[in-house]
Amino acid sequence: MAITFHINPGSNTPIYQQITEQVRLAVAGGSLRVGDQLPSVRALAEELVVNPNTVARAYGDLIQAGLLESRSGRGVFITPKRKVYSREEGWRRLEPLLDSLIGEAMVLDFTPEEVRAALEEKLRQWKPAKGNKINHE
Amino acid sequence: MNEDTVIQTRGLTKYFGAKPAVYDLNLSVPRGCVFAFLGRNGSGKTTTIRMLMGLLAPTRGTGTVLGRDIRALTPETRARIGYLTEEHPLYGWMKVRECGEFQSRFYPRWNNQVYRGVVGHFGLKPEARARDLSRGERAGLCLALTLAPEPELLVLDDPGLGLDPVARRALVESMIFLTRKSDRTIFFSSHQLSDVERVADYLAVFDRSVLRACCPVERFRERVRQVRLRFAGPPPSMPNLPGLLQTVRLENELRVTLVAHNGEAEQALRGLNPREMETMPLSLEDAFISYLGERGEKTFIWSELEAQR
Repeated sequence: MAITFHINPGSNTPIYQQITEQVRLAVAGGSLRVGDQLPSVRALAEELVVNPNTVARAYGDLIQAGLLESRSGRGVFITPKRKVYSREEGWRRLEPLLDSLIGEAMVLDFTPEEVRAALEEKLRQWKPAKGNKINHE
Repeated sequence: MNEDTVIQTRGLTKYFGAKPAVYDLNLSVPRGCVFAFLGRNGSGKTTTIRMLMGLLAPTRGTGTVLGRDIRALTPETRARIGYLTEEHPLYGWMKVRECGEFQSRFYPRWNNQVYRGVVGHFGLKPEARARDLSRGERAGLCLALTLAPEPELLVLDDPGLGLDPVARRALVESMIFLTRKSDRTIFFSSHQLSDVERVADYLAVFDRSVLRACCPVERFRERVRQVRLRFAGPPPSMPNLPGLLQTVRLENELRVTLVAHNGEAEQALRGLNPREMETMPLSLEDAFISYLGERGEKTFIWSELEAQR
């Protein structure tokens, strides 16, 4: 298991949401795998210097989303269910990234053909981390 | 009086001459929470805390702390409360170690492990004289003296005032540590919104002697929103909306900050027929500043909005 949380109070994103985001990203990117254990609520709260209820809320949201499960007396673990975002939510997140990619490419004088070719090449190279393929139900 | 409420006030009011410092305050602090008491300087926070601690008689209204009338707090009740004032009073000639030994004689439940733990956490040397300590070190020493009796209720009046970032972090860590015992309640006033975001479950916002919001921290953030409306041409004039805090007019855009309480305001905004309408999240600090800022209407009080629902 490998996840290091970075909390930024004062940002537009509430702390509990920063935690859930970082878990989702770690799962989607393969650095957290099925069966990996997360720190206890108390341990993470003291590590991040945040109210334990904030961590509990983040874990609660992730459990409800089916990403984490709580095994009584043993802690919280990443569950086998892999669907991190709904299709709609996924698209809502992807679109601004595409916009900024295309915007940047145009500013840097790349042609649409070059962008398309570069994207194809990257997709060919990309191998998802083993066991972390996102299935869309 | 509810067993699960540690601080409760009804119509608590204090006048200094003709001027109210605290007006008609109804406050309820649940047991076991971290409660942040916010407001600008001079808004009445310290006056409220002094009344709650029985140091200042209210002009009218009532209050209880740990179930006891604040006009008649007994030594037994006071011993269950840890109160840290803004001033950090200390005997300058005492050494750090001696401050603890002296204070411990007044408290049967004194926990010297806690005292040494907090003193160590702030990097204080036991043999240093109190008068030679920096502002942050004095704060650490006073915090140790306040925490060592293991109070059920901790009342901290602006504990972060004048502290450097390292000392402030040590303070916040000590507060988080304290929540290990689930029945401990922390009531603190602060201007450090990022610390509030880290530790607090609830917040209360005080503005010119009046309580204007009291709710879970997350609810405050969810309710105070900025909506950006983009138009093809110059934006229309803003209708009068309930909960409106601020309107900024740009060339083709209106930026409206409001307290959203039932979709009524959003519906009215949609009625302006914007080309695009987007709700932006605000940081706790931005939300707080909009809430208390000089622009916009702010004649309403949160609880009144809640009551309309």
